[in-house]
Amino acid sequence: MSASEQGGMERHQYDVIVVGAGGAGLRAAIAAHDAGAKTAVVCKSLLGKAHTVMAEGGIAAAMGNRWPEDNWEVHFRDTMRGGKMLNNWRMAQLHAQEAPERVQELEDWGALFDRTEDGLISQRDFGGHKYARLAHVGDRTGLEMIRTLQQRTVELGIDVFMECTVTDLFKDESGAISGAFGYWRETGRFIQFDAPAVILATGGIGKSFKVTSNSWEYTGDGHALAMRAGAALINMEFVQFHPTGMVWPPSVKGLLVTESVRGDGGILKNSEGKRFMFDYIPEFFKSETADTEEEADAWYEDKKNNRRPPELLPRDEVARAINSEIKAGRGSPHGGIFLDIASRRTPEFIKKRLPSMYHQFKELADVDITAEPMEIGPTCHYVMGGVEVDADTQESAVPGLYAVGECSGGMHGSNRLGGNSLGDLLVFGKLAGEHAAKKVSGLGANRPAVAPDDVAAAATSAVAPFEVEGGENPYAIQHDLQQAMNDLVGIIREGAELEQALADIEALKERAKQMVVEGHRQYNPGWHLALDLRNMLIVSESIAKAALAREESRGGHTRNDFPKTDHEVWGKKNLVVTLNDSGDGVQLSEKPLPVMPDELKKYFEES
Amino acid sequence: MGYRLKMKLWRGDKSGGELKDYEVDVSEGEVVLDAIHRVQAEQAGDLAVRWNCKAGKCGSCSAEINGKPRLMCMCRLSDFEEDETITVTPMRTFPVVRDLVTDVTFNYEKAAELPSFSPPPRDADGKRRMAQVDVERGQEFRKCIECFLCQNVCHVVRDHEDNKPAFAGPRFFIRYAELDMHPLDTNDRRELAQGAAGIGMCNITKCCTEVCPEGIKITDNAIIPMKERVVDKKYDPLVWLGSKIGIRNKDTESRVPAKQGKAGHIKRPAH
Repeated sequence: MSASEQGGMERHQYDVIVVGAGGAGLRAAIAAHDAGAKTAVVCKSLLGKAHTVMAEGGIAAAMGNRWPEDNWEVHFRDTMRGGKMLNNWRMAQLHAQEAPERVQELEDWGALFDRTEDGLISQRDFGGHKYARLAHVGDRTGLEMIRTLQQRTVELGIDVFMECTVTDLFKDESGAISGAFGYWRETGRFIQFDAPAVILATGGIGKSFKVTSNSWEYTGDGHALAMRAGAALINMEFVQFHPTGMVWPPSVKGLLVTESVRGDGGILKNSEGKRFMFDYIPEFFKSETADTEEEADAWYEDKKNNRRPPELLPRDEVARAINSEIKAGRGSPHGGIFLDIASRRTPEFIKKRLPSMYHQFKELADVDITAEPMEIGPTCHYVMGGVEVDADTQESAVPGLYAVGECSGGMHGSNRLGGNSLGDLLVFGKLAGEHAAKKVSGLGANRPAVAPDDVAAAATSAVAPFEVEGGENPYAIQHDLQQAMNDLVGIIREGAELEQALADIEALKERAKQMVVEGHRQYNPGWHLALDLRNMLIVSESIAKAALAREESRGGHTRNDFPKTDHEVWGKKNLVVTLNDSGDGVQLSEKPLPVMPDELKKYFEES
Repeated sequence: MGYRLKMKLWRGDKSGGELKDYEVDVSEGEVVLDAIHRVQAEQAGDLAVRWNCKAGKCGSCSAEINGKPRLMCMCRLSDFEEDETITVTPMRTFPVVRDLVTDVTFNYEKAAELPSFSPPPRDADGKRRMAQVDVERGQEFRKCIECFLCQNVCHVVRDHEDNKPAFAGPRFFIRYAELDMHPLDTNDRRELAQGAAGIGMCNITKCCTEVCPEGIKITDNAIIPMKERVVDKKYDPLVWLGSKIGIRNKDTESRVPAKQGKAGHIKRPAH
């Protein structure tokens, strides 16, 4: 073991450091290890608790186990159309091509997926996917995935630093990554990693919003670390509001209700009992969506002769529709709308296919979903935006810095299809791990060095909240940020409100300078939040600024004042966010979309 | 609907601590973790509590609530009278880090000792085939969210620190059972389950099953069948005779004894 105490600080040398232990981080670590790199995973929580456990529906992969007609080309097309063509085409292609083998591999490592009648991995229907394509385990697929990867990581003997938070990245004079800095949550003591490759796999940003399906960890750490290291973020204006989160009781408002409920036959109704989604079929998806209840219901059994139900449109469409119904006064008693599977499937079927949902509603809301409809409403679920990376290697603009999973950008364009997240983690986790290992082996003895001054600066910055005189409570600042983002940068946006949000964020940044934390450094959540808040603020600013600039509506970005999708202008470029020169805010620039080669364009011509 | 809840929360670290009184406003539909978060936000910013999903899916927020091991996020305030004081203490079987947070490294070390799944080659088309009915047995155990409440309540290690080196605990007995029942696995872990994991020390009092938030029938569906499998291998006269006269059943033929894995890769801070 290379740990050595220096001035009370632990120091470790590795080839590859992976920040985050969700699906992407663990898959990246496994790949880097398999490629011969000395690898460590550093994660904020205990191993196996990452947000990936919350994924319910499944992993989209065109294995063709249910529909032999399915293949990577169809999956690629669905993904691009779901993202309203703003996706990085190469990432969408790689994802569709490699997802099936990544799923099979999980089975080699012990995952127990649900089976088809022939004994193959079962695949279920989901929004935006032409064929039943999601490999699943009931409605707890994320748990199965994290446990499988966790067990593989442990079996391979990869080092895992649990409950250890990374707060800074180091670079050498040439600008290449040289290491990372963090603290142990348990003791509050600092830890330094020397490593020429760092893979960010820190997940999303949802905790900046009040109503969210995300856990406390989702504070945009990787987004902020990358920006501070000099990398760029793209697509930050695109935030996915999942159509179905719980709305009652208030304590669980935002908690995810899986799309599988609709994939398995559930329908949406308003307070008048009307199945309203038929009123919200957009032109873009008209040719592939059923326009009568008869056709929609027949589709579950006969996909050849019927079109898909409108409840299974991509998430952005469904979330907007639900939002409109609630605003029009046709909502449910607790301010949501009704999701009904009770009247459509037998109690046995529901309990078998959706056991977690049954349990969740029974335990937390006293609702029996086999007997009565659920009340649901949109909840902040996922950020499409993230670190801009090379599609084949996942390396950012900073040499040696990689990003994968939710904290990277491009793969999902303006809207992610359900089921494409878990595949994303596996496909790009593996690629990043391999490329990082390869890069390090090419360096030989020429490793970028960490400058001692940078370490001292990182330590000073981390303890700053203990030194400040003032009196701002970090919990209060977080609360106000969540409220502002929810009210002003939510599912439907408007120029004046976005400007207000940016002003609010500036004020919060000022207040954050006066944050004080009580107590000492040992397992102190107030201190941890104070450090996380810096990331949340800069990421929130990125989202609001990009949202204000994009004067159109597309995917996870809807502008009241610019309701149309503008293919001519906005369909051809990405907004890029970087840290400004003074380092206290962010700036925007524009970049043309990568151009899709002609042989792929053909998949989009007929519609 | 709201009322003022009285709580006693254990505050302290490994050198000692005490129950402290708090009063906090709570409202309808809330769970114990909501009340604790409100204490944290308004009265004790440094109150240590481990949590992640707040949805009963990650198994982070295990504690003892009025003496009963539970997940704080799934424990509704409506389970108590409004004038009842709710007392929350850390899990007792693991060393305290601070306040309600314990050091659960024990479980990660036991996990590393347990040899993983070892499959045969895939079918010719690159896929694997298993019947739904066969995977369902293992799926029950893979519902485990690793909250470690079963480990915490197990009297073999609760208040018996000396048993810890030789006893893996219910969470890992279900893992042994899961792999033993896996239709494709080629490893034989029965000797390890008996030896290194100490399944024989379990005297099936079912405390683990009672506290499992996932409702896994740990004792009936995992531990007892696993004990039987261990015994069958050791003492079944037919197996013994078969191995003597050279007739081997399918089970022993296709499986190879697995080696214990090595712990030590889960890093914790120096103290």
